[in-house]
Amino acid sequence: MSSNYFQFDVDKIRADFPVLDQMINGNPLVYLDNAATSQKPQSVIDSLVNYYSTENANVHRGVHTLSQRATDDYEEARAKIRRFINAEKDEEIIFVRGTTEGINLISQTFGRSCISEGDEIIISSMEHHSNIVPWQILCQEKGAKLRVVPVNDIGELLLDEYERLFTANTKLVSIVHQSNALGTINPAKEIVDIAHGHGVPVLLDGAQAIAHLGVDVRDLGCDFYAFSGHKLYGPTGIGVLYGKGSLLEEMPPYQAGGEMIRSVTFEETLYNTLPNKFEAGTPNIAGAIGLGAAIDYIGTIGMDEILVYESELLQYGTDRLSGIEGLKIIGTADKKGSVISFIMEGVHPHDIGTILDAEGIAIRTGHHCAQPLMDRFGVPATARASLAFYNTKEEIDVLVRGIDRVIEVFS
Amino acid sequence: MSNLNDLYQEILLEHNSKPRNFRKLDPYSHTADGYNPLCGDQISLYLQITGGVITDVGFQGKGCAISRASASLMTQSIKGQNLEDADNVFDQFRKMLTEPDAVLDYDQLGDLETLAGVAEFPSRIKCAILAWHTMKAAIEDNVEDVTTE
Repeated sequence: MSSNYFQFDVDKIRADFPVLDQMINGNPLVYLDNAATSQKPQSVIDSLVNYYSTENANVHRGVHTLSQRATDDYEEARAKIRRFINAEKDEEIIFVRGTTEGINLISQTFGRSCISEGDEIIISSMEHHSNIVPWQILCQEKGAKLRVVPVNDIGELLLDEYERLFTANTKLVSIVHQSNALGTINPAKEIVDIAHGHGVPVLLDGAQAIAHLGVDVRDLGCDFYAFSGHKLYGPTGIGVLYGKGSLLEEMPPYQAGGEMIRSVTFEETLYNTLPNKFEAGTPNIAGAIGLGAAIDYIGTIGMDEILVYESELLQYGTDRLSGIEGLKIIGTADKKGSVISFIMEGVHPHDIGTILDAEGIAIRTGHHCAQPLMDRFGVPATARASLAFYNTKEEIDVLVRGIDRVIEVFS
Repeated sequence: MSNLNDLYQEILLEHNSKPRNFRKLDPYSHTADGYNPLCGDQISLYLQITGGVITDVGFQGKGCAISRASASLMTQSIKGQNLEDADNVFDQFRKMLTEPDAVLDYDQLGDLETLAGVAEFPSRIKCAILAWHTMKAAIEDNVEDVTTE
């Protein structure tokens, strides 16, 4: 056990998350569904209340004081995110609704302008539906082809196979950084290097990774990186698409409307500069400010400390669950984020979820929006416990007792 | 928890582990597939309808204990019934799960009453009702697959 673990004051951290302090079905809530969405610290909740209570106004529009305050805070949130992921410039940070919209933005803009008949897009077998379906639609529209990197039996991408998929027609790679269903952390840097060796840009789906790994987009070298605020302890409805400035400049706009224009006549419209070109309409101002507050909060704990603590929890949970007869963990990659996906002999995951809920334990059950991956492992669904830095070993013990109860009911 | 015991009653667990009529009919006159996209339940239902009577019924598929036991109990319930009666049982069953104040005909429901506890678990009602929607679709010969969404 590392010394960091002892310095990590989880009780103090838990007190920052008001939702955790409640009873569910007569038992203390044990929230283990963080890969679906994370809980919000009081400071994020306060930032939303404060914004709407004291400075609500539209951004980039008015000359009045409130509008200026709202604009300053909205743009300050952008700068916080730029620093958090180590992007070069603020304008490389595009506010979107979430990872899904970030990926759709790329398929609608870069995809539509750069992909044509016979071209190929590489994704992987462990993608979330949101990193499959936008490309399928684009491929159908353009007559392009989707190529899929396979995974091995423990849930790791086969990099040799990946490299073999490149042809002269490969135009884009879009791969998940950390699998939502298995927890596998993919070797993003290697994935990017291989693609760049073939002159192909890379989009990373960072929905899960952003909250659990220190993400440095310049170190990764990726061309695009998409993530959601709500999995990073921020509000729902706000997310980020990072793009390299040079690529974003060349891309056509996404949605059309206010904010994204420089001048409009009925004959011609000149588009605004980055990042506004991609932010048509009034944005989710409060959401962006709330996400900024979430990043401030994470800064008070430290991403490295979070990673160490969550790794300890994952190890503990994996050891405890592995010891249960008839339980099998799906996804045992060497490099894993704090996700334990499992199945139990003779019990459907949905029944596991209901019985655990009766004990106050929240987990996710189902196919995790990754049906092709479930097919790969020959299971219709899994039960998934996903951990955050406010979870404890004691909560994992409660989970194990809950699983004992499942076994009891079905014995 | 008592609710949980109401849900996972012995008869239900028994139908889950040993589902009745768990086979593909050959021949069959009507069939449909049903899906519950939320949890991945999938059922294929086969009916032999002769002269307005369900003379035989079988199902196959994967799913949770609730969906599997419900399908199994349904096949027992509708086998030998005419279409109108089967429809009435479905109506009673749906009311049992979704209308807490409904006056029910427990004679008609028979063993289906085992599933009454599902009403306390709103997220699981879809699991229990999937087989019945699939039956309706098969009878109406819907070309589209059924989902509970």
